[in-house]
Order: sequence, then C-alpha cells, then structure tokens
Amino acid sequence: MIYDFFFKITGSNIIASIIQSLLPLFIFILPFALFAVWLERKVSAHMQDRLGPMRVGKHGWLQTIADILKLVQKEDIVPNEADKPLFNIAPVLVFVGSYAVFAAIPFSGAFIGSNIDLGIIFIIAASGFVVAGILMAGWASNNKYSLLGAMRSAAQIISYEIPTVLVVLTIIMITGTTNLFTLSEMQTGHFWNWMIFGGPNFGVAKFIFIPFMIMNFIIIYISTLAEVNRTPFDIPEAESELVSGYHTEYSGMKFAMFFLAEYANMFAVSAIVTALFFGGYQSPVGYLGNLFGAHWLIPIEQFFWFTAKGIFFVFVQMWLRWTLPRLRVDQLMTVCWKYLIPIAFVNLIIIGLITVL
Amino acid sequence: MALKTEEMILNMGPQHPSTHGVLRLELELEGEIIVGAKPHIGYLHRCFEKHCEAMSYPQVTPYTDRMDYLASMYNEFGYALAVEKLLGIQVPERVEYIRVIMGEFQRIASHLVAIGTYGLDIGAMTPFLYCFRDREKILSLFEQTCGARLLYNYIWVGGLSHDLHPDFLIQARDFIKYFRPKIKELNDLLTNNKIFIDRTANVGILPLDLAINYGISGPNLRASGFKWDIRKDDAYSVYNKFDFDIPVGKGTMGTVGDCWDRYYIRILEMEESLKIIEQAIEQIPEGDVTSAIPKRIKPAVGQVYSRVENPRGELGYFIISDGSVNPFRVKVKGPSFVHLGIMNELLKGYMIADVIAILGSIDIVLGEVDR
Amino acid sequence: MKTTEEIFEILKTNFGESILELVTAAPVEKFIRINQLEVDKVCQFLRDSQELLFDSLMNLSGVDDANGKKTAADNGDQIISGGTLSVYYHLESTKYRHKLVLKVSAEREKPDVVSVANVWRHADWHEREAYDLFGINFLNHPDLRRILMPYDWDAGYPLRKDYKNPEFYQGMKVPY
Repeated sequence: MIYDFFFKITGSNIIASIIQSLLPLFIFILPFALFAVWLERKVSAHMQDRLGPMRVGKHGWLQTIADILKLVQKEDIVPNEADKPLFNIAPVLVFVGSYAVFAAIPFSGAFIGSNIDLGIIFIIAASGFVVAGILMAGWASNNKYSLLGAMRSAAQIISYEIPTVLVVLTIIMITGTTNLFTLSEMQTGHFWNWMIFGGPNFGVAKFIFIPFMIMNFIIIYISTLAEVNRTPFDIPEAESELVSGYHTEYSGMKFAMFFLAEYANMFAVSAIVTALFFGGYQSPVGYLGNLFGAHWLIPIEQFFWFTAKGIFFVFVQMWLRWTLPRLRVDQLMTVCWKYLIPIAFVNLIIIGLITVL
Repeated sequence: MALKTEEMILNMGPQHPSTHGVLRLELELEGEIIVGAKPHIGYLHRCFEKHCEAMSYPQVTPYTDRMDYLASMYNEFGYALAVEKLLGIQVPERVEYIRVIMGEFQRIASHLVAIGTYGLDIGAMTPFLYCFRDREKILSLFEQTCGARLLYNYIWVGGLSHDLHPDFLIQARDFIKYFRPKIKELNDLLTNNKIFIDRTANVGILPLDLAINYGISGPNLRASGFKWDIRKDDAYSVYNKFDFDIPVGKGTMGTVGDCWDRYYIRILEMEESLKIIEQAIEQIPEGDVTSAIPKRIKPAVGQVYSRVENPRGELGYFIISDGSVNPFRVKVKGPSFVHLGIMNELLKGYMIADVIAILGSIDIVLGEVDR
Repeated sequence: MKTTEEIFEILKTNFGESILELVTAAPVEKFIRINQLEVDKVCQFLRDSQELLFDSLMNLSGVDDANGKKTAADNGDQIISGGTLSVYYHLESTKYRHKLVLKVSAEREKPDVVSVANVWRHADWHEREAYDLFGINFLNHPDLRRILMPYDWDAGYPLRKDYKNPEFYQGMKVPY
C-alpha cells in the first residue's frame, strides 16, 4: 500500500504517515472541490437554458480559481457585536468536520488514508463536528436570521443522522464489518456482487435482499442530502427567506471555507453511498489490467471507477437541487420522523431476521 | 409559575431578496408562528400625484408607466381611457384592437414574472429562467413596436404613438404557437409538483367576504371563488367582442382561496389571454392610429373615475379637471396598495416560511403601492 | 340597478339633514354631497340596506379644493386660507352592479371627517393616505398615522396646493 511505499522511500514512520494523510487532501479533494463548483455552475446553467461561465479559460474551467483568488484577497469583516473567538473558530470546525471523513474512505485497492476497523462509525462521528460549527457560526454572528438558520440546520442534521445510522446498521449486519476497505473488497467481481444487488454471497437470501437494499439506498441518499443541506432540504441557507442563513455575516476566506466544505461534504456522502452500496472502487465489468496482465494498472483503474461513481452521485444531487422546490421546516421534520425512520426500522428488523435465518 | 416568553419582533427589512421591492414587514413572532404583521411602505414614493398637477395631460403618460413597471401598457391604457371619457372623444377601432392586443401580451408577461418569482421564492430556481426566456420574446415584440422593452409611452390619449410593424401580426401568431406548449411545461414543473403543493395549499386562505370588504380585486378575488372581471362586468374598449372565460378558484388542491389557487388562476389566465389575442388578430381592422389624438387637451370642468383590469387587480384613475391644460387632481388606486392592507389579517397564525409564500402569491409591485 | 337620483331620494327619506345635495351639472359623474360628521352612518346604511347593498368601496380620495382666499405670505409663498378639503367616495355593489359617488367637504382649518374604516376595511389605508397627504383628520380611525411620507415628517401635507418643501429634513438638504 501507499504507506509502505513512502516508508520505503523516506525510512521514517512519521514522515510517511504525514505525507500519506495529506495526499488525499491536496491531490484529490481540494481540486475536486474546485471542480465541483465549476460543475455545479455548468449543470445549473444548462438546465436553465443558459450557458454559465464561458470566458475564463475554455468553457470557464478556470472560473473557480478566479473566484478563490478574489475571495482570498477580500477584507475580513467581523461584526462589531459578534463573539470573536467563536466567530473565528466556526468555519474551521465545519471545514474539519467535512474533510476529516476522507481519512476512512477507500479510494482504491492500494490506498486508504487510515485503515481503521471502525471505518463507518468514525465517519458518522466526525461529521458531528459540522453541527457544532454551524451552531457556533449562527450564534456568534449576532444576527437573528443567522441564529434561526443555524438552529434549523442543527435540528435537521441531527434528525437525519438517525435514518443514516439505521441503514448503515443493516449493511453491518449483512457483511459483519464496519471497515469500509473490507466492505469494498467484499464486493469484488462484477456488478452483481454489489450490495445493492444483494451482496456477494450467492443464495436465496441475495434475491430477497434486493428490494430492501434498494429501499435502503433511497433512504440513505435522502438522509445524506439533508445532512449536507442541499435542496430540497436547504432551509438553513434558504436564500429567499433568511438571506444566507448561518453564513450571512461571513466574508472573504472564511466564507470560502464554508463554501468548499459544502462541496467536500457532498463528495464525502456520495463516496460513502458508493462504498456501501455500489461496490466502492470495484469495477462493474472487470479490469483492463487483468486483461493485459499489467497488475500495476488495477489500482489506477479502481481509483478511476471510484471517482466516476462519486461524481455521478454528486451530479444527481445537483440535478435534484435545480429541479425541486424547498420543503418547509416542519415538513422536513415530518419526512424524517414520520416516514424515513419507521421505514428504516422495519427494514432493519426484516434484514436482521433474514440474516439470522 | 408559568414561563414568561417574550414575542420576538423580526424585521423583513427594506432590503430583502423576496419582498418584491422595498417593503418592510414587521413581524411579531412567537417561536415560528406569526401573531401580527405590520407593513411599512413609502420607500418608493415618487410623488406621482403631485407631479401630475404640474404637467399637461399628454405629459403625464410616461409617468404612469413607471408606477406598475411590470404592466406598463395597462397603466397607460387606464389613463388614456379616463381622459378620453372626460373629453368625450371616440378613438378609431384599430386603436382599440391594438390596445387590447398589447394589454393582453402585457398580462402574459406580467404573469410570467409573477409565476417565475413565486417559484424562486419557494425554492425552485429553474422555472424562473424558463419564464423569463419566454417573457423576452414578448418584450422583443414590444421593442419592435415602440422602441422600449419595459416602459413604453405608447398608448397616448386619443390613440397610439406608432402603428404596428408590418410583421407584428405574423410574429404574434408564431409566439402563440410557441407559447402554448410552454404553459404545459410550467404545469409539469411547478403546478403539479408535490413539494410545491405542500408549500402552498391550505396556506394564506382568504375568505370571500373578507376579500370584498378589503377591496381585493383581480386574480386574488377570483381565487376566492368570486367570478368578477372588469373586462366582462364593466366592459371597456372592445372586450365585449371577444369570447373568453373567467377562471375561478375551486380549491382543487386545498381550500378555496389559498396560495395554490391564486397561483393557478394566473396560469389559467395566461391561456385565456392567448385566446383573446388570437381573436383580436383575426378581427383587427385597418385605420389610422394617430387621427384622433387631440392637438391640445383641455377638458371641461368635471371629474371621472375609470377603471381597468390590471394583471394585478382593479386599477382605477380618478381625475378631476378644472378646465386648464393641467389636471387638477389625479388619484390612482393601485391594486397592490389595497392588497398590502390585508397582510395583517392574512398572515396571522402561519409560519415564517409561509410569509414568503403568501406575499408571493398576492403579487405586489412596490411601484404601484407607493407611486 | 338604481340611478343616482333614486338613491338620492332613498337617502333623503332616511337621513334628512345629513344629505346635502345632488350635483349633476359637471361631466362625467354625478355625486351626492353629505355632511362630514354623519358619513359613517350613511355608509353603514348604504352597505347593509337590502335594495342598495353597496358592499365594495372602489376608491376613496382626498382632494384640495383650493377654493379659499389666496394670499401672499411674507416670503412670497402663496397661502390659501378658508375654503375646504374634500373626500370623494366611489362605491359599487357587486350584486346589483350600480355605482355611487359621494362627496364630503370639511373646512380647511379644521378638517374633521368621520372614518368609514369600520364599514369597509378597504378604507383604512386610503384614509391614512388622505391624512398623510392632505391633513384630513379622520375621527374614530383605528390607526391614523402617515403611510407614504416618513413617520416624523413635520413639514406639512404635501398634496395641498399651498405646500412648500422644507429646507432640511433630519439634517439632509431637501430641494436638490
């Protein structure tokens, strides 16, 4: 694995682990966040019968870099009555919460940031930082609108973690492991071995699982949409109601951190959904490396497949955002508590029974 | 001992993305429920009525455009009708037909803005751009006729400023053919969307007797179940020659008179306007549009109150003349001014998110509220 | 459908002295002049009577009649003294489709008119506007304050014929 690779080069434990942990951040996620902003603008533009950014670079692909440059050199305005320590720490917390989860996500067969056995539980715990950061941002801004937005957001994220965890529990019951790397390895082979098609063990149970797996996938997709505050669940940043919700008062680099954290979060939840249901980095049709006998090609292919699936789910999230209107706060809570949680519970019980029998 | 809770006063201030202009709504909240709402207006007051007393009758026409800037043709139409009634002159039939065609196109354009911005407020950002794309086609028709996209100075007292472009009628027919399927597309995107229905049905219910007592008119009154349209009930110009229907709110998705009804009435009215334009294009006669424009407008001493059906409601002009070239008093009764008065009653008991839904469904334009 | 003359007769039988006269000379509209302190009772009757049923107020506007004596003040401004300020009411019945115009006049120095906001809630904001722009004081109005001008505008009533803009408002120069 990559850790061993760096260890061989540098000969030191510490340097190897530092480089390994920084790799996904700088090589993949930051460029991805920049790419995702451009993708969102182009997707929204084409869906709205217009073109989007076209001038900065060919078809505007350099637009995000221009935007980040602009944000970096803006004046950092802090409201007079704001609570300064909290105000400054809040974007950091949100950023950390969104990026920390990438440590446990397997990017390919040869690379995972940190191969901890607690995998998915770590991810769910680390994303709790985001709630704390949002509440801090809302409170410290000294603005009624921000406070309202932050409280709504906190309620929303906490409520929607429950269906997420329930669905994750069903997967754990079937496969017996919480380590995302092992989970991805289990789904090897062709696409009929993916969890959404019942899992790798061939048998009657596999076919019974399929409708429940599909339902679980829908539940977790909706819940993670709510966790990232995307439409139809974007009350906290509802532009037409509360101006900008909890990040109204932020400007310059701090706003950029909220911004990038949102797109990183989107990719993180898409990655989790692919790892759980769609085979992680496994290819649906077999590897070119196997075909040509070049075994070093396989991890690169796996990385490509992983990214492709992640970007597809991010694209679906953007598609939903520009098509659907926004749910009201109480309707949002109704969907979670009265519909998603009971269905997730029933699924849990049924799958548990089938697994035992 | 009970816990003492204070009511929070939230200001949806003059600068807000959703209040359709500079309107300040002072909301008294208990948690998320509204117990009182006070609108504060006057931020866009441009002293239209005082200006009129210093200008001659034809000079007032460009100023009337700027009151309800989304339906300028109708403002000019109402003013021209009022002064023509005071003078007692008759305009050629071609002028009447062109005024009707322009007015109905303006109605479609105004409703497109209302529907697009309403979707935007509820959170659906894409129909807004589709509506504006279609509205651009109407505005380019207007630009071809009188040179301006938004504020026209086209309908003068006694006639029009220019005759129609030779290609206008052909392009109007093309537009109607292009636009009919677009209404169906809008219906698929917004009207029958479950989330949209959840946000707007049973919200902001306006009972009929309250509506009449508060002077509500236009699509808002029709949505509460009352079949009242000045184009039919107090027919002006040549509207009595056309065959069109008046859509009335039936409470299909919720109660009669809720926000969904008000929104759906506007969609149906666009369809009816298309019918009127088609009939007008068939029937329009030849003539000279500038022949009846008087050289000098100096009405006799008297007064008149004349009203037209604005896309937003009943637009009334009350003009008093003292025999000179300047009007003595022009009072404009703008429907949006009246509709804002009912906000306090209409918002009680709903949540903050509903404020946006209700305010958007009433469809106000601040230019008309403040004049 | 009743004509203005018929309505005038009905009102004269019911209210006698409060109904002043029926003016038919000028074009286009005929109107009935009413005593300014009794107008709310007349309007209540007009709204509730079964044969008239005027349930909708179309318009309510204040007018400065400018029929007083025009004198020149010390600094050359024109001041009108004496004369009247009027309020016109345009009523309509949604059932019978007849219309009616009422006029009420009050002295310029003490313009008191009874409010009809309790009869038609529509009149609420229109009366506030008439108060704001002309200074007509509506008695028994639920919430009489300025509506279009700023709440603390103390330089007079803008739509009066002898109104002149003040030099400064809250430290800002007004005529520009």
